Amino acid sequence: MLKIEALTKIYGQVAAVDNVTFDVPAGQMVGIIGRSGAGKSTLLRMINRLTDPTSGRILCDDVLPETIDVSGLRGRRLREWRGRCAMVFQQFNLVPRLPVLTNVLIGRIGYRATLPSLLGLFSDADRALTLRALERLDMVTHALHRADALSGGQQQRIAIARALVQEPRILLADEPIASLDLRNATIVMDALRRINKEDGITVISNLHLLQTARDYCDRIIGMRKGTIVFDGKPSELTDSLAREIYAIGAGGDEEVAMAFSATSAAATH
Amino acid sequence: MSVSQAAAQFERQYAEYRRSKTVWTVLFWALFVVCFVVSLVVTRFDVVALVVGLPRTTDFIVKMIPPIGWSTFGADVDEWYWGIGKWLNSLLNTLLMAYLATVLGTTIGGALSFLAARNLVKSYAVYWITRRVLEIARTVPDIVWALLFVLAFGIGPLAGVLAITVHTLGAQGKLFAEVNENVSPLPIEGIRSAGGNWLHEMRYGVLPQALPNYMSYTFWRIELNVRSATIVGFVGAGGIGHDLFTSIQLLYFADAGAILLIVVATIMAIDMLSERFRHRLIGKEQLSQ
Repeated sequence: MLKIEALTKIYGQVAAVDNVTFDVPAGQMVGIIGRSGAGKSTLLRMINRLTDPTSGRILCDDVLPETIDVSGLRGRRLREWRGRCAMVFQQFNLVPRLPVLTNVLIGRIGYRATLPSLLGLFSDADRALTLRALERLDMVTHALHRADALSGGQQQRIAIARALVQEPRILLADEPIASLDLRNATIVMDALRRINKEDGITVISNLHLLQTARDYCDRIIGMRKGTIVFDGKPSELTDSLAREIYAIGAGGDEEVAMAFSATSAAATH
Repeated sequence: MSVSQAAAQFERQYAEYRRSKTVWTVLFWALFVVCFVVSLVVTRFDVVALVVGLPRTTDFIVKMIPPIGWSTFGADVDEWYWGIGKWLNSLLNTLLMAYLATVLGTTIGGALSFLAARNLVKSYAVYWITRRVLEIARTVPDIVWALLFVLAFGIGPLAGVLAITVHTLGAQGKLFAEVNENVSPLPIEGIRSAGGNWLHEMRYGVLPQALPNYMSYTFWRIELNVRSATIVGFVGAGGIGHDLFTSIQLLYFADAGAILLIVVATIMAIDMLSERFRHRLIGKEQLSQ
């Protein structure tokens, strides 16, 4: 169980995330929706601790037998947490000039002593794990290609493979398909759902398309101006509630039209 | 706001933009001209003296080349390059000094460049101190460092190597730091999110992105350092510079000419080699895209 308690992040005068509280039971697939600027990214980045919260707590008992307060972790404990709470990004965040294999092995650096991992010395077990992850994402044939030689969809699959070899309990995905075309978006969302089902890894994903969240997630959280305005099953999210999340009435702009577009990554599971 | 209102507002803003741009352009050129004139005056740059003095520079060059006849070409060149064995030995010494100093200076400067990049270190104090250390290493001329090290460690190549190393680490540290400041932050964030520490971020996030630029600067630096290694020989740091300085001091201009020619040829050869190497590197880079 991941427990978010009164989590707040203030930038200057603006609360990007304002007193947010919710629980995520282990193994759930959660989609977070809302307009850009609603605080979705900040929320996810606080959970991985790429961003430090201003106040509030992040409690987790999935990783260790005891409950830990993630918001207070520092140094080695913090890096361990990041390893167990993997993250994929809209822009993939791979190292462009390195081969795919090395990019995925980077997911193992948390498990190795610093010196060998700096020298690129990984164990056979690490390499086996890496190949298995690449196999699951159908990317083994690209193992020795440079990451920047791949398409966006392929790069995102490499990023997911890197997350997998971290052997995480939680996988955070910050707009994983926002830079992808429809076909690749489907492949990537299917992969996330499969990992969630087969490995029991909790997946929390920010999604710009409402339909994607409806198709793939067990639960949808709607955010607006830093606060949670909806939290429930996809079936409970009526059109009028969705309009409220996206604050329609302020003019039918492009972003909202996009979010509502029916041509989302289609559910194939 | 109606269309015409928006257009009117744009016109106003555009006029304002043009006005402020013109003011800055005029100011820039005025500053440029003032600086140019002041430098002419202060350095006593005199066109007349330049024209009168120019032929005299050829006098010196003529003195550096002994008479060489067609019929006695081989014997004359042989005579001119009487010390070729000694000079080549000194040249090898100079090249090795340059090579060792480039390796040492680039390694140390490269390591410091991460601490001198604003985007890579949290602590402003670390950044500030590293930048100042690099500045001192770089702005003190290598010949001054050489004098200092000759006094400390005695006459010989060690002083030269140390002098060039210090200058190189300052220069490479700054250039590399600037490269580091321009890398994309996304891979670094990816590594941090996977549980990597600062060293991992530098090794896997920054280094692969910056390496081609590092290589390019390093080839250039080898070339500069061969020249530097020659110069520091003047103050007793060994190598071919020492031979050159001695021959000038003793007014053996033909010897000085012979040695200079060797140095120029060597630097040309290095330039061509490094150019080739760099192009091959870049070519490989593009192929693997």
